[in-house]
Amino acid sequence: MSTVLQNLIDQPYQHGFVTDIESDTVPKGLSEEVIRQISLKKDEPDWLLEFRLAAYRHWLTLSEPAWPNVKYPPIDYQDIIYYSAPKPKNKLASMDEVDPELRRTFEKLGVPLHEQAALAGVAVDVIFDSVSVTTTYKQKLADVGIVFCSFSEAVREHPELVRRYLGTVVPAADNFYAALNSAVFTDGSFVYIPRGVKCPMELSTYFRINTQESGQFERTLIVAEEGAEVSYLEGCTAPRFDTNQLHAAVVELVALDNAYIKYSTVQNWYAGDANGVGGIYNFVTKRGLCQGVNSRISWTQVETGSAITWKYPSCVLLGENSVGEFYSVALTNHRQQADTGTKMIHVGRNTRSTIVSKGISAGESNNSYRGLVKIGPKAAGARNYSQCDSMLIGDRCGANTFPYIDVQNSTARVEHEATTSKIGEDQLFYFASRGIGNEEAVSMIINGFVKDVFTQLPMEFAVEAGRLLGLKLEGSVG
Amino acid sequence: MSQSPGRELLHVDGLTATVAGKTILKGIDLTVRAGEVHAIMGPNGSGKSTLSKVLAGHPAYEVTGGGATFLGANLLDLEPEERARAGFFLSFQYPVEVPGVANGQFLRLVYNTVQGARGREELDPLEFDDFVRDKMKLLEMDPAFLDRSVNEGFSGGEKKRNEILQMALLEPSLAFLDETDSGLDIDALRVVAGGINALRSADNAVVLVTHYQRLLDYVVPDYVHVMEGGRLVKTGGRELALELERRGYDWVAQEARAA
Ligand SMILES: Nc1ncnc2c1ncn2[C@@H]1O[C@H](COP(=O)(O)OP(=O)(O)OP(=O)(O)O)[C@@H](O)[C@H]1O
Ligand SMILES: [Mg+2]
Repeated sequence: MSTVLQNLIDQPYQHGFVTDIESDTVPKGLSEEVIRQISLKKDEPDWLLEFRLAAYRHWLTLSEPAWPNVKYPPIDYQDIIYYSAPKPKNKLASMDEVDPELRRTFEKLGVPLHEQAALAGVAVDVIFDSVSVTTTYKQKLADVGIVFCSFSEAVREHPELVRRYLGTVVPAADNFYAALNSAVFTDGSFVYIPRGVKCPMELSTYFRINTQESGQFERTLIVAEEGAEVSYLEGCTAPRFDTNQLHAAVVELVALDNAYIKYSTVQNWYAGDANGVGGIYNFVTKRGLCQGVNSRISWTQVETGSAITWKYPSCVLLGENSVGEFYSVALTNHRQQADTGTKMIHVGRNTRSTIVSKGISAGESNNSYRGLVKIGPKAAGARNYSQCDSMLIGDRCGANTFPYIDVQNSTARVEHEATTSKIGEDQLFYFASRGIGNEEAVSMIINGFVKDVFTQLPMEFAVEAGRLLGLKLEGSVG
Repeated sequence: MSQSPGRELLHVDGLTATVAGKTILKGIDLTVRAGEVHAIMGPNGSGKSTLSKVLAGHPAYEVTGGGATFLGANLLDLEPEERARAGFFLSFQYPVEVPGVANGQFLRLVYNTVQGARGREELDPLEFDDFVRDKMKLLEMDPAFLDRSVNEGFSGGEKKRNEILQMALLEPSLAFLDETDSGLDIDALRVVAGGINALRSADNAVVLVTHYQRLLDYVVPDYVHVMEGGRLVKTGGRELALELERRGYDWVAQEARAA
């Protein structure tokens, strides 16, 4: 029986190929000198170099967090390449100029570039190893005053905006990985939606790690001014490698009065092989600040990849009546480990938050939900609803739920529900006795399980995410 | 119904099976022809449900001897889902709950999968909705059961009705109904029995596992078998069920031991 289930979920990783493009890299290791080199290569202003160096000096005083429910050998931070950019780096006027090898890679991944992008109404800011290669739809967005570009470009073109918001939501000293990212981040995305503008299309960035052993330190900053709205999609895949790769991104969101930011992620990085060799370490700090009244930030994530996931997209609900949401599906298989969840920090009055977490564990994997709901003393009338469901496939995997609730205002209402279920032999036999094979049965049960989260995803993404879960769960039976 | 024997649907020959290292079936012989109704009775734990699961292909049960053919093919060579597609249907004594999966969606997948396998037309969601509502009317089932999760929170009787609804959708050649009557109230028993009878034809057959005569008042058996310690120790006509109801099982066991 467990072999049947195992076969189902042992679908090999389909994005495991390496694109052969010459890379321009900085030597391995981390020092002030390396940081200066990165900053120099990117032609950055002094204030940003200072930001990096301060973060680096602080990072030296920190140690890795030991509390996550994950296990991995010590990381040698001197054995990582902190900067790598694809060559040649001429400016590209159109999609046709994109390196054909690179385009083939994106085609294999099913990235909707070129006409696909136009058809899908998606503007794709493609990140290829740290440096942005091309941006589409920029003009259309620029017409309504929206800035959507690579982080490097934002530093060049809109330094005042970057400087005003960088590090305001996730301070450089926030935690070990955030400090590391602040010191060495190479590129990422920047979005600015001016007052009153509703972004006319979904903004989408595909991240991809390419050079072996190149740590990926993305930095994303999204600012929605008063009354602005934006839906941002982040999709991730990575080629197959046998050495673990560290990924420590930082994402900061700022929503002013009445603004709404919806941030959706589908993550399918290489998870290592069946024996736990290789795979990405995904140690990410994502946080949104609902700064203004009635502002709203919604995180939706579908996490299917990485050897280790350590990630807590959070909301700081400062503005009165502001709303934070977290919808998550985390699937782990083989030896994958995930410790993921959210933090909802209620500061302002009548702030509301919703948490829906669906963990799926298979193989010998370990899947933990960790969530903090904190209601501060001034958060009168605050409300939280949390629902954390775990699904086990087979007998050798684990699921844990660590809810932390800290209520300092007696008028607040906090509700927490949790369930654990298991796809068992008898359920599969029930389907089989009706003519439904195991593969389809598992997929139907899983789709039912994740429904409440998938309905939160933008349409195009829901299809992609469904395909991804399918990939992870399909396979030859018996 | 048994005047001119129909074609052989199921033939079980000396079947033995174990579960969790324990031998439960100790040599089952059973032949079911088209048009027939068989009843299997017998004490708790004698192996009736085990027989149904072995025939349906539950992976936890291991066949250790004997054989079974279904419509001339080796039943034991088929995967469980292939058996279902070939026209073998099991109504479970304890149908499992499948939280999160809408019953209506499940029923449509089941229906279309089996239709597809038989080279017949599949139905789109709207067509299927009309179709399944008709079938539900036959079983006096509230259409609200389409929107709930499969069997989740269904009462005992509601689960059984949902099983027979699936039988009505799949139109199996052989339906093995394991204690479909237990859990049904008096009116429900009549409705469900009516549903089973409506599905009967000269081309299919029903095996009823039951502890009581009352279902057999509605669905009249041609043969009644007594299961005892993993064997079918006695076979008779419909009058055997009445006798069992009066006298219990002890005398059958004694008779079997004496033989
Ligand atoms: N998975 C299993 N593991 C261990 N023992 C089992 C298993 N399945 C069945 N058995 C045992 O096999 C025997 C026959 O069980 P079965 O369910 O077939 O009886 P039954 O005739 O259907 O009884 P009832 O009339 O109570 O439904 C019982 O002793 C039961 O405990
Ligand atoms: Mg039984």
